[in-house]
Amino acid sequence: MGNIILEMKNITKEFPGVKALDNVNLVVEEGEIHALVGENGAGKSTLMNVLSGIYPYGTYTGDIVYKGEVCKFQKIKDSEEKGIVIIHQELALVPYMSIGENMFLGNEQGSKAAIDWNKTYAEADKFLKMVGLSESSRTLIKDIGVGKQQLVEIAKALAKNAKLLILDEPTSSLNENDSRALLDLLLEFKKQGLTSIIISHKLNEVSYVADKITVIRDGSTIETLDKAVDDISEDRIIKGMVGREMTDRFPKRTDVKIGDVAMEIKDWTVYHPQYEERKVVDGVSMNVRKGEVVGIAGLMGAGRTELAMSIFGKAYGTRISGQLIINGKEVKLKNIKDAIKHKLAYVTEDRKGNGLVLTNPIKVNTTLANLSALTKNRVIDKDKEYMVAEEYRDKLKTKCPTVEQNVGNLSGGNQQKVLLAKWMFANPDILILDEPTRGIDVGAKYEIYCIINDLVAAGKSVIMISSELPEVLGMSDRIYVMNEGKMVGEMAGAEASQESIMSCILKS
Amino acid sequence: MGSIGMTLKKYTMVIALVVIVGIFYVGTHGKILLPQNINNLLSQNAYVFVLATGMLLCILTGGNIDLSVGSVVCFVGGLGALLMSKGVNVVVTVLILLVCGILIGAWQALWVAYINVPPFIATLAGMYAFRGLSNVILDGHVVAIANKAFLNAFGGGADCYVPDFMGGKALNITCLTAAVVGVALFVLAELKNRISAKRKGYETSGIIGFVVKLVLVSVVILYLAYKLAKYKGIPTSLIWILIIVLAYHYFTTRTTMGRYLYAVGGNEKATQLSGINTKKVYFFAYTNMGFLTAIAGILTVARATNAQPTYGMFYEMDAIGACFIGGASAYGGTGSVFGAIVGALLMGVINQGMSIMGVDANYQKVVKGIVLLLAVIFDVVSKKEKK
Repeated sequence: MGNIILEMKNITKEFPGVKALDNVNLVVEEGEIHALVGENGAGKSTLMNVLSGIYPYGTYTGDIVYKGEVCKFQKIKDSEEKGIVIIHQELALVPYMSIGENMFLGNEQGSKAAIDWNKTYAEADKFLKMVGLSESSRTLIKDIGVGKQQLVEIAKALAKNAKLLILDEPTSSLNENDSRALLDLLLEFKKQGLTSIIISHKLNEVSYVADKITVIRDGSTIETLDKAVDDISEDRIIKGMVGREMTDRFPKRTDVKIGDVAMEIKDWTVYHPQYEERKVVDGVSMNVRKGEVVGIAGLMGAGRTELAMSIFGKAYGTRISGQLIINGKEVKLKNIKDAIKHKLAYVTEDRKGNGLVLTNPIKVNTTLANLSALTKNRVIDKDKEYMVAEEYRDKLKTKCPTVEQNVGNLSGGNQQKVLLAKWMFANPDILILDEPTRGIDVGAKYEIYCIINDLVAAGKSVIMISSELPEVLGMSDRIYVMNEGKMVGEMAGAEASQESIMSCILKS
Repeated sequence: MGSIGMTLKKYTMVIALVVIVGIFYVGTHGKILLPQNINNLLSQNAYVFVLATGMLLCILTGGNIDLSVGSVVCFVGGLGALLMSKGVNVVVTVLILLVCGILIGAWQALWVAYINVPPFIATLAGMYAFRGLSNVILDGHVVAIANKAFLNAFGGGADCYVPDFMGGKALNITCLTAAVVGVALFVLAELKNRISAKRKGYETSGIIGFVVKLVLVSVVILYLAYKLAKYKGIPTSLIWILIIVLAYHYFTTRTTMGRYLYAVGGNEKATQLSGINTKKVYFFAYTNMGFLTAIAGILTVARATNAQPTYGMFYEMDAIGACFIGGASAYGGTGSVFGAIVGALLMGVINQGMSIMGVDANYQKVVKGIVLLLAVIFDVVSKKEKK
């Protein structure tokens, strides 16, 4: 094919404590569609953020060579001037502005003192036609569907005179028809000479549009497959994505007796709280037994968190239907307090946003979900509170100077332990752990796994939601696989493999 | 940062207060610490102490404020003056006013907590409405309060001091005795806490810091009491302030609802997911504000011995300012009752010091504005450093 338009050489990017990218190389030729694939957290988005200047020059090492010259982007504007435009996974459109206003946001037409609205809308209409949208550019964004919004994003990119278009999961929120239309549009633009880089989890789409596929795993480039010479079937790509050795990263669980079913849901359906016609969880049935660790695997956005939160006293979603059976009896949980009373706990994936009060000390966070255990006539027994906090600090080996320390000052792993302590103190029988080891280092992960083992050894049930397949495989007695709101597979932990889970997801 | 640095940071505003008192001591040639001026500082600002306490609870829930308190102070006070002028008994009047305050608070709390009206707007509406209603009920006139019992009890008129049972002449013995008893109780309670904490092996602050704190607090209490004793003794309004401040200090630090106020302001989502009804917490904060506003209204009209439709103007700003100067975070979740009181004292000292020095009232406002800005900048910057 044509000339090399972009070459990223030996890109290394570190975050405090983590090497997100380690000597990554990427070569893109002019006029091709280049797919970037890899598991969650492999480093795809980080790489694209380096390319587009979100992480400015100097915060990474390595070179970006674009059209033969080395680029040192300081901000997004710099890369956009060269024609590199990124479209992020979350749509970045302002709902109460018109399509035209959105398209030229930050790139206003006319002079600085006066925006030329006629020109804005005329230009906008021109680009909308290119992406095949018949809407007037004066329509408000909130009045068009997500599929069309994604097209507006592309039109917006074209209006910036894009030469290299980067799409991060462009079809993640689209249905099949809209996805196909979008991919066909990309193929159409390719004919006109536009180069695209597409990040996607949907391998069938990748096989459909991509000329070349680069596989990234754990922050390193593994291989680049060329449609013309290599086999680019889904199985071949999956092999590249997960080909990792399983090592002794998980503590052994011995002598845990798996008992009766502790909790079961049947035909559980949940709708999105804002877009009320969208099913987020669709007819899910599952169960967990006493002393059992059940893993739920799936990609981001599969509906796992939404499932867990909707079970936990309707903390998420509307029009929740289905049966919830705890210890053989059907229950209806009115609210979160009710769920806690029924000995359920949900340990959030977002410990800073939804889990902890960062401005409060460890002891306050530890007791927040079960404060009534420490009170008499609504007055808190501070001695007891201190002792409880100390007890859990010892039990979970939380590293902190004192339990008076504010949680905001702790490391991620220790924050996670405080969060676990909080829910263990609430004395639940069934714990739903949502991404319990996200963003914490390997040592702390091991300790969290030990805590999980202790919990099931005490006869509790654990449902573990995780996007890290090795973790799901290493810890679970049984694994459910979820995709796009549906349960698409169930397997025994011992029989499951990364390949079998991934193909469950990708072929559903 | 060493422990001295931490201590300095914790008590920044107390230190600032001391420095400012020092500056005015020089600027007014010592007049600011005359017995009468200390007496005035406390009784003139009684309403700020009470309102700042209530405002703090609102601010804790997430930097939310209540703009209506000035107008409600005027409305409740006016209502009280009218009732008493019609010959209603004092106790009945006070009860009616308190219930009235709670109802007004609950009315606004309803919109804030359950309908999600932004507090700024819900209370802005109240600010207009109750200012108007005050004018309506008072018919634009001044209504005098002649009821001696009311005035004496709530700090107005010439006799609003606790009588000296012990018959002191130049010095009010009752005032001094009360202060000594108070200090003794304070020291005993602190010692008891420390001993029990030590025995149970809890972490305690350094012994030097502890002794310094005890001595300083005791000296300040005794000094103030001595000054008051040289004047007319304990102003009755001071008793109300003490009751409210101590009760709310206990409430915010020791009870579940107090804890929830901090949790909601620190992270509402996490609080909700802990099974706590956050709507109830908002409802409580704003209803309680109404209750304390009623008390502030009573103290205000008692001190003035009359009610006028213009009373209470900008009281909300004094209360909000006191909280922020006293270290409450504009984002919620941090702050303390004592902090708010220190903030209120600081503003009070600045006001009074400048008045004694004869600074133009307009410049006084400029200075107050700058102090408020500095305090909040300090809060924001010190938080940034941590990250």
